[in-house]
Amino acid sequence: MAFQVDRQLSFLATVNVAAIVAGAVLVGASFVELYNFQSMASQVPELGFLALGVMLAMISGNGGIDLSGIALANLSGVAAYFFLRGAISADDAPLLFTWSLIGVALGVGLVGGMLNGFLIAKVGLTPIIATLGTQLLFTGLAIVLTNGSALSIGYVEPLDDFGNATILSVPQCFALFLVVALAIGAILRFTPFGQRLLLLGNNAKAARYAGIPEKRILFLTYAVCGLLASVAGIVIAARTSSVKWDYGSSYVLIAILIAVMAGVRPEGGYGRVICVVLSATSLQMLSSLFNFMNISNFFRDLAWGVLLLVFIATSGFDFRAWFRAVRS
Amino acid sequence: MTETTFSSAAPRSESAGAVAGIWAWLMRHPPAFTLILIVAVSLVVGAINTDFWQVSNLFDILRASVVRGLFALGVLVVLASGGIDVSFTAIAAFVMYAVTMLVVNVVPDMPIVAILALGAVGGACFGGLNGVLVHALKAPSLIVTIGTQYVIRSFLLTFVGTALFMNVPAAMDAFGKLALFTHHSANGSTSTLPAFVLILAVASFVTWWILERTLIGRAVYAVGGNAGVAERLGYNLRTVRIFVFAYAGLLAGIAGIIHVSSNRLANPFDLAGAELEIIAAVVLGGARITGGSGSVIGTLLGVVLITLVSNVLILVGIPSTWQLVIVGIFIILAGAIFSIRGRQS
Repeated sequence: MAFQVDRQLSFLATVNVAAIVAGAVLVGASFVELYNFQSMASQVPELGFLALGVMLAMISGNGGIDLSGIALANLSGVAAYFFLRGAISADDAPLLFTWSLIGVALGVGLVGGMLNGFLIAKVGLTPIIATLGTQLLFTGLAIVLTNGSALSIGYVEPLDDFGNATILSVPQCFALFLVVALAIGAILRFTPFGQRLLLLGNNAKAARYAGIPEKRILFLTYAVCGLLASVAGIVIAARTSSVKWDYGSSYVLIAILIAVMAGVRPEGGYGRVICVVLSATSLQMLSSLFNFMNISNFFRDLAWGVLLLVFIATSGFDFRAWFRAVRS
Repeated sequence: MTETTFSSAAPRSESAGAVAGIWAWLMRHPPAFTLILIVAVSLVVGAINTDFWQVSNLFDILRASVVRGLFALGVLVVLASGGIDVSFTAIAAFVMYAVTMLVVNVVPDMPIVAILALGAVGGACFGGLNGVLVHALKAPSLIVTIGTQYVIRSFLLTFVGTALFMNVPAAMDAFGKLALFTHHSANGSTSTLPAFVLILAVASFVTWWILERTLIGRAVYAVGGNAGVAERLGYNLRTVRIFVFAYAGLLAGIAGIIHVSSNRLANPFDLAGAELEIIAAVVLGGARITGGSGSVIGTLLGVVLITLVSNVLILVGIPSTWQLVIVGIFIILAGAIFSIRGRQS
């Protein structure tokens, strides 16, 4: 159970360091300032939470995936603000408003995740179809609530602080991301639930014969994915001071990219949280690097697509064997 | 409908037995279920708003079904082989934009047959690349085609162009306007059935013929049913995978050309995001996402159902904002019903 530094982990650490070095060389001192690191860190969580959800869904095996993440994140933010804006005045009671917003959003995320879990675990839909259907459903509901336009929340101090302020020089939302990631890592590693989830993903048939409650574990896993999505939704609402149905249209791809880059096996049974965190930070640094260098968003999407394919190609590839073959 | 295959159904009363019989028959014929949904939606909408029963409305639905239908036939073949493709809209966007650009700038008087052939070949090349990658990377085709979707679309937007083509080539313009049938209604307005619906008819027949009457069609269903067993039986997985993705790409290329001809506009941002409703249509038509099943007739019915839902909501006073919600619910219901069917059989 000791902490292991495997090939994937050292590789991702290297990518992070390389991105910082490249930034320092290509952009200059402004890239390695504390302010830039804070700015980059505060952009990680929204995708990081979604990627953690994708990781859990992938680990559960049997084609497990969550395509509804960003749709549910947007719906959580939209629904929470839609129901609260008439009930609680953000000007008179900003703290109450913020906590209510967080509470309602988490509730929506939990219900959405439970719907996914119910469809996949109890009704027996394949995860692709279930989360494809709920993705349309969640997006559709967000459109219905907003009539297709963005809703501006305005400045609400506690909410804004969560999105943009720092605690001990660490952006609050990034600190929360680290805490949640640590908790999920601990759950996977040390609790019976985590062990059973990994076993289930590794070999569903063996897990079934071993008496592992397959349906309950799948249900719980997708419910947690929903919760994570709603946390992403809260972060987005806090950082942009608005909610809309089509925020982050390319996040489905990027969340999967982060998970695949982190070495999570799409067939299930394996995934490390620390790798997902490092994978998310390295992507963010590359993205900021592109921004500094005025590279277009279209080209950035191209780079992400190529990266995804490259990482799938190399994930099953043993470099050491290749090097040995080259040397001999 | 008289046979009840469930042993547990024996002690039930006569009416319950008949219901179980109808249910069992529907479970074995998923397209019939889709047809019932289409009839139900039509009757409800037609009862609320009689404008629904107009020839022009029928023509609109058929016209809107062509591009979706071509995409869906490609998705059907990929799903039948046990894969999934989400990159076909990007392929169509790339092919339609690049071909329009080429024709406008280089050979302005290229005939429509050559343009369609060019689109088909271009699409098939992209699709074949998908097939090679899916086979070589040994990764889930969903993840591979998400990757290629982004590569193809952003390559188009980064390196080929982002500006609209407002004046499409004369041959494409004429092809889009070419009418198979013109209807003059009582109030004097005319509506036309475009000739390109024939391309969907031909593509449907060819797809049916490939799936039902050729060796490669048998191979597609065999690989989709159980790839391991199919390989041991001597089917070449690589050939099947390249074939299905190339075929889906070919149809997507043709669909892209028709999209431009019909809209008289080549917009590189078009079609993005449409892949989900197409997959939804194929699944609604009874194809299992786990492979090995699906029919052309079911797929066409699924496309009509999706088009119906997106076209007629407005006629009954439901704002178009509800469209995604209803399509999403349909997918979940269809998936639930077919997964229960899978457990019973």
